Amino acid sequence: MTDNTALDVPWMEVNGELCKGCQLCLAVCPKSVIAISEKLNSASYHPAYYTGADCTGCGLCFYACPEPGAIRVTKP
Amino acid sequence: MKTYEKSGGFFPVFERKTGPAKDATHYCPGCGHGNVHKMIAEALEEFGLLGRSVFVSPVGCSVFGYYYFNCGNFQAAHGRAPAVATAVKRTNPDSIVISYQGDGDLAAIGTAETIHAANRGENICVFFVNNAIYGMTGGQMAPTTMIGQRSTTTPQGRIETVHGNPIRMAEMLATLPAPTYIERVAIGDSKHIMKARKAIRKALKIQAEGKGYSFVEIVSSCPTGWKMDPVHARDWLLEDMLKVFPLGVFKDESDTRDEGYWNRRYDAYDPAVVDEYLDRLKSTLGESEPVPLAGDLHCKFAGFGGQGILTAGLLLSQVGMRAGQHVSWFPAYGPEMRGGTANCSVNLCAGRIGTPLVENPNVLVVMNQPSLDAFAGEVVDGGVIIVDTTIVEGRPDAKRLRPVLIPATAIADEVGTAKIANVVILGALVAATDCFPRAFCEDTLRAAIKKRSLVDMNIDAFGRGYEFVKNAR
Repeated sequence: MTDNTALDVPWMEVNGELCKGCQLCLAVCPKSVIAISEKLNSASYHPAYYTGADCTGCGLCFYACPEPGAIRVTKP
Repeated sequence: MKTYEKSGGFFPVFERKTGPAKDATHYCPGCGHGNVHKMIAEALEEFGLLGRSVFVSPVGCSVFGYYYFNCGNFQAAHGRAPAVATAVKRTNPDSIVISYQGDGDLAAIGTAETIHAANRGENICVFFVNNAIYGMTGGQMAPTTMIGQRSTTTPQGRIETVHGNPIRMAEMLATLPAPTYIERVAIGDSKHIMKARKAIRKALKIQAEGKGYSFVEIVSSCPTGWKMDPVHARDWLLEDMLKVFPLGVFKDESDTRDEGYWNRRYDAYDPAVVDEYLDRLKSTLGESEPVPLAGDLHCKFAGFGGQGILTAGLLLSQVGMRAGQHVSWFPAYGPEMRGGTANCSVNLCAGRIGTPLVENPNVLVVMNQPSLDAFAGEVVDGGVIIVDTTIVEGRPDAKRLRPVLIPATAIADEVGTAKIANVVILGALVAATDCFPRAFCEDTLRAAIKKRSLVDMNIDAFGRGYEFVKNAR
């Protein structure tokens, strides 16, 4: 996961252990800045991850994601 | 700064969940329940309602609501969530109560509870997650399964003439006058999801303002049951499901309903109106200083049904209750209202009562011959046995027992009606046992007799019975 905390730009982050790889966040992201990892997490899912740039902080992925704690979006 | 993250409406860690992964839900990838959970949790936290919210989970995939929501939780029997929610709300009018249900729970086994809670306008929120299939049990046809939709029990697709049509609950409930707000939304693309979020928030707000019943149907996907990948499932939902389950507001009277109107049931009950209807002096026996009891009484009243056997016992119990003593009344009777045998056991004790049954009474009232035959032998030595000699021909053993022989029915007939013989007997019982002062008993009778017009006659009957025994001594 890219560390954007020092930057004054919006970013999203995925908890790769909680993600179930449903890809609904990818489907709703207007900027297509989310991708699916080739690695498996401990629950045998390919988790989503932030590709690292151009997130607008719109939060749509957060509401499309069924997992309470898998996605966090920050908009400074 | 705006942050979208796990709501405080959820437990930080799902400790109640079994197995590992205490941070993740038990739902399948892409399941719509998670989305709806997030919106509810977010709204409860933002509106400051968590501390007084009660989440009622159904049977179905969302049976484990109590794993997740950081508020009060119930898990109801299948389909009964609206009934449980009704009870929670009515006993805790300040609570915010959510009945969260799937289609099998709400529209099949719980149809009756669903309709009647809506018809009563219960001030609750019903969140109905409709994914057109039984998810938890393995993808069987649900009441909302669409014509042609395949499931494990409709492998050829649902057929109208065999399985019936899918039920549109939102439309059906919108025909009722009581509900305040009914909308159908969908967990599809972002636009729909944000509309669903708005509807859920609105429903909770309506409840918080006491404006009544809200029903939000959320068309949702079940990728596992539908055998689709999650993204494809949401596309299919938007393209196919919404043709059968059109979105929209079917009823919204939130602007015209008065705040608190649907809370009025909690103070709608007026005991004075009930008293008037029953022609009753007052609904309670009234306050009294404790009156000491001469000695513990274990009474049995026995006779025919219709003689007022049970009532006599009840009246004695009420005297004891008003005196501040421990009391039990235990009736035993057949299904007949008149003519069968009846008896009741009454304990009147200074201390706690272990059992309401009286096997060996120290006071036995018999108002027919079979009762004398059946129970006289059970009376303790030296016990009082009161016999209505108008009806009972036999006489008890005067050596072992203390018989009180009184033509109660004949006396009652003189008073005005033979039906009041039970109160004549009661007067005799009080006189024979000296359990409580006469005036105290009469005061209690005045309060306990339901028919105002019969009070004087009852007091007369009681006095005749009392005096008959006192004068005979």
